[in-house]
Amino acid sequence: MTDLTKLTIAEARDKLRKKEVSATELTQAFIDAIEVANPQLNAYVRTTPELALKQAEESDRRLKSGDARPLEGLPLGNKDLFCTKDVETTACSKILEGFTPTYESTVGSNLWNAGAVMLGKLNCDEFAMGSSNETSAYGPVVSPWRRAGADGQLTSENLVPGGSSGGSSAAVAADLCLGATATDTGGSIRQPAALTGTVGIKPTYGRCSRWGIVAFASSLDQAGPLAKTVRDAAIMLRSMASHDPKDSTSVETPVPDYELALAQGVKGLRVGVPKEYRVEGMSPDIERLWQEGIEWLKAAGATIHEVSLPHTKFALPTYYVVAPAEASSNLARYDGVRYGLRVEGKDLIDMYENSRAAGFGKEVQRRVLIGTYVLSAGYYDAYYLKAQKVRTLIKRDFDDAWQSVDVLLTPTTPTPAFKIGEKLDDPMAMYAQDIFTVTVNMAGLPGISVPAGISVDGLPLGLQLIGKPFDEATLFRAAQVIEDAAGHFKVPQRWWETAR
Amino acid sequence: MQESATASNPKNLIEGATGKWEVVIGLEVHAQVASKSKLFSGAATAFGAEPNSHVSLVDAAMPGMLPVINAECIAQAVRTGLGLNAKINLKSVFDRKNYFYPDLPQGYQISQFKQPIVGEGEIEIDADGETLTIGIERLHLEQDAGKSVHDQHPDYSYVDLNRSGVALMEIVSKPEMRSSRQAQAYVTKLRTILRYLGTSDGDMEKGNLRADVNVSVRKPGDQLGTRCEIKNVNSIRFIGQAIETEARRQIDILEAGGKIDQETRLFDPGKGETRSMRSKEEAHDYRYFPDPDLLPLELTMDFVGELEASLPELPDAKKERFTQEFGLSDYDATVLVAERASADYFEAVASGRDGKVAANWVINELFGRLNKEGKDIADSPVSASQLGAIVDLISSNTISGKIAKDLFEIVWSEGGDPAEIVEARGMKQVTDTGAIEKAVDEIIAANPDKVEQAKAKPTMIGWFVGQVMKVSGGKANPQAVNEILKQKLGIE
Repeated sequence: MTDLTKLTIAEARDKLRKKEVSATELTQAFIDAIEVANPQLNAYVRTTPELALKQAEESDRRLKSGDARPLEGLPLGNKDLFCTKDVETTACSKILEGFTPTYESTVGSNLWNAGAVMLGKLNCDEFAMGSSNETSAYGPVVSPWRRAGADGQLTSENLVPGGSSGGSSAAVAADLCLGATATDTGGSIRQPAALTGTVGIKPTYGRCSRWGIVAFASSLDQAGPLAKTVRDAAIMLRSMASHDPKDSTSVETPVPDYELALAQGVKGLRVGVPKEYRVEGMSPDIERLWQEGIEWLKAAGATIHEVSLPHTKFALPTYYVVAPAEASSNLARYDGVRYGLRVEGKDLIDMYENSRAAGFGKEVQRRVLIGTYVLSAGYYDAYYLKAQKVRTLIKRDFDDAWQSVDVLLTPTTPTPAFKIGEKLDDPMAMYAQDIFTVTVNMAGLPGISVPAGISVDGLPLGLQLIGKPFDEATLFRAAQVIEDAAGHFKVPQRWWETAR
Repeated sequence: MQESATASNPKNLIEGATGKWEVVIGLEVHAQVASKSKLFSGAATAFGAEPNSHVSLVDAAMPGMLPVINAECIAQAVRTGLGLNAKINLKSVFDRKNYFYPDLPQGYQISQFKQPIVGEGEIEIDADGETLTIGIERLHLEQDAGKSVHDQHPDYSYVDLNRSGVALMEIVSKPEMRSSRQAQAYVTKLRTILRYLGTSDGDMEKGNLRADVNVSVRKPGDQLGTRCEIKNVNSIRFIGQAIETEARRQIDILEAGGKIDQETRLFDPGKGETRSMRSKEEAHDYRYFPDPDLLPLELTMDFVGELEASLPELPDAKKERFTQEFGLSDYDATVLVAERASADYFEAVASGRDGKVAANWVINELFGRLNKEGKDIADSPVSASQLGAIVDLISSNTISGKIAKDLFEIVWSEGGDPAEIVEARGMKQVTDTGAIEKAVDEIIAANPDKVEQAKAKPTMIGWFVGQVMKVSGGKANPQAVNEILKQKLGIE
């Protein structure tokens, strides 16, 4: 019998409809795979097999009676940033230990109402702050990918799966779910996708509701899917997206059937290549890959145009003012008063200090402090206000680019995956991981990362496509062309099964 | 800083050891918006519920919860702005005011800092016989906090979040008041306008209206002095006391050669003093920034226009109309328009009747009686149509003014149709001159000495009138009695 966990969403959907497999069998296959892999990969922080099997049972009933919903019986993982009704939700922080919401996020509700099955909660960086999934209170996620040594054999070094959606990317790459929810504030969907050979799309700001997702930086946060293929990501996003009256920043605009766009190709599509993205320190692998991507799109009928996004160099520092500022305020509610961790103290202030010192990890504390600083009297104008102005300029760069091109093609990350621990004590090096992705969040645009090649030492690399607001369909079209040309990049060996 | 025309009015100055001082007052009034649900959540705003029974997930700041603006609260703020003759800002922004406190679940209050919904406006007040215009600086919307409860447990404080997220309007005046009476008149008038508009019940006992009072003193003509802010004063009487106390404290310090520290103070009505709460150095850095969960609020001219067209008549206009239409004195009109319910009651009584008589009965008899019993006009046992019927009986000479007061008492305590009561209890005025003449003759015959006195001193006729009324049980028509007496006694 074939390994059911290797299926894509599209394949599994067909098999379920043709009754070649039941939702219960499919779900059980993932439950078993997680049981084997998770002690080593640490992708899930909480599994919900009973809930999953109950949902699968309902799916089987519906599949049998012919009223299957779009995602009927498809087992997915859910990033721990998404609040789940009656299932503990911690944002991978000690401060939310034991917190069980009475409500389900809108994106989660959309998925489960579309028939999807939840396998459990996925690991991530604490409050989504990180680019390697090492800041999680539950410990780092280990990437299913390993470097190939000189002898062609896999090395035993543990690599990061990217972050903050590292649990999501690792679980998808290791076949521990068909697809996963993720969130992206500065690259947290696209960078992990690039580092694990998976597809991740950050939709336009306002496309998915933020209601019920633990907030990091409200003006940048956006939910999206991580999946094995472009088609799978298209299928998932269609169900995740919705206008939500409970989120004032969600936008009322129709959600197209993205799957229909996939076959449309890129003939005549104007593809921009921003010259400012050729940064120093970019690996030769990435340079080569970017050029290949250009050739593939050209070969498929697109035209290539060099464009300028002059304020790109300010994007990272601007992001690291805006995001921590909002985070410092968003995380003020974790005060030990109503829920989550409380460490008693001699008075109120002491209790606050004890609770937040014990509850927040180092990176979260760093960002809360930066954010508090940049909003303080006397510094507000120099930092926060200036950053907002630069943000407007960054948006304008893109608006100008859209005059002459339809999409932009860039690398997703400057390097392939790195060793666990390698950048943990060097926040600046870690922040540089987001150099190609943050601009997209600053401008509220959609961006997709699609696997496009393999580095010299055998690690996956991704290309990023950036689109106009609410034009995710064009991103899926172009990404499909790259995927078709580059092929799929599967983990060469399930070393975690033999290492047991 | 704009100077008020009253700045030099000597009667507002306070005598100090070194001469006269002027007190400069600005007020920040917090009024709870009248709305069924909170500013950013669907939870109810009703007063007096069980602790933590009106709390939504948003109000408790659960993870992932987002605020959504309540359109009715926006409409109420715009109505208030229009009622204050203020500029309505078609674009305004909600900001986060960040600070930690257990009754502030989000760790920030959503407020409006740089771009409030309402800009400059003005209020006309009457104080010490002067009519003054006091400038309004701005009106903005913000969330109320919850309440900390400290007396329920020996070691812990409890938090009640029922008020958390309730919409408040903060209405900031310009520092244009120069006496405690002016400040009191300002709050009273503001409260009246809010109640007319129905945008706040202005109930100070429930804490639905409270004021932060900014006070400074200076020698007339000098630069503005350093101000102190007295927080959360919750009655009009206390506002007056707090200003007097604080002004005196500042004058004493300055006259002793000291200087005023800019600080936040609390008024203790029991001790009759203000005391320091926190100094400028201890002031919070609120780290205001635009709330990224909310888009800027944009209003259309149509929306504002519709609200403007539906505004009720406001007290100043009503007072003007009452004096014109009903010939009321300025004083009577002012008393009647102070509450919309009183004005409406009066208008119902006065409609189609003599306005002055109606005003007299509403103000003297009805209000007097209501005050005595501590009742509100809404709970008046005598309805406007009943009082109108009493006025009709007086106008038609069916009853005398004295009998009317008895009738009012009967209607107050027993209810019923005044005309029927008069009929059934024989309270009609006696205009039968034969009966009156008979009574007059009897009294003249019985009191020859008084008759002599009256001839010498015609005002003695009053005694005879009294006697006749007594004999007739008050029902004799006083005019007829007078005429017959004059004729029989031979006096002019």
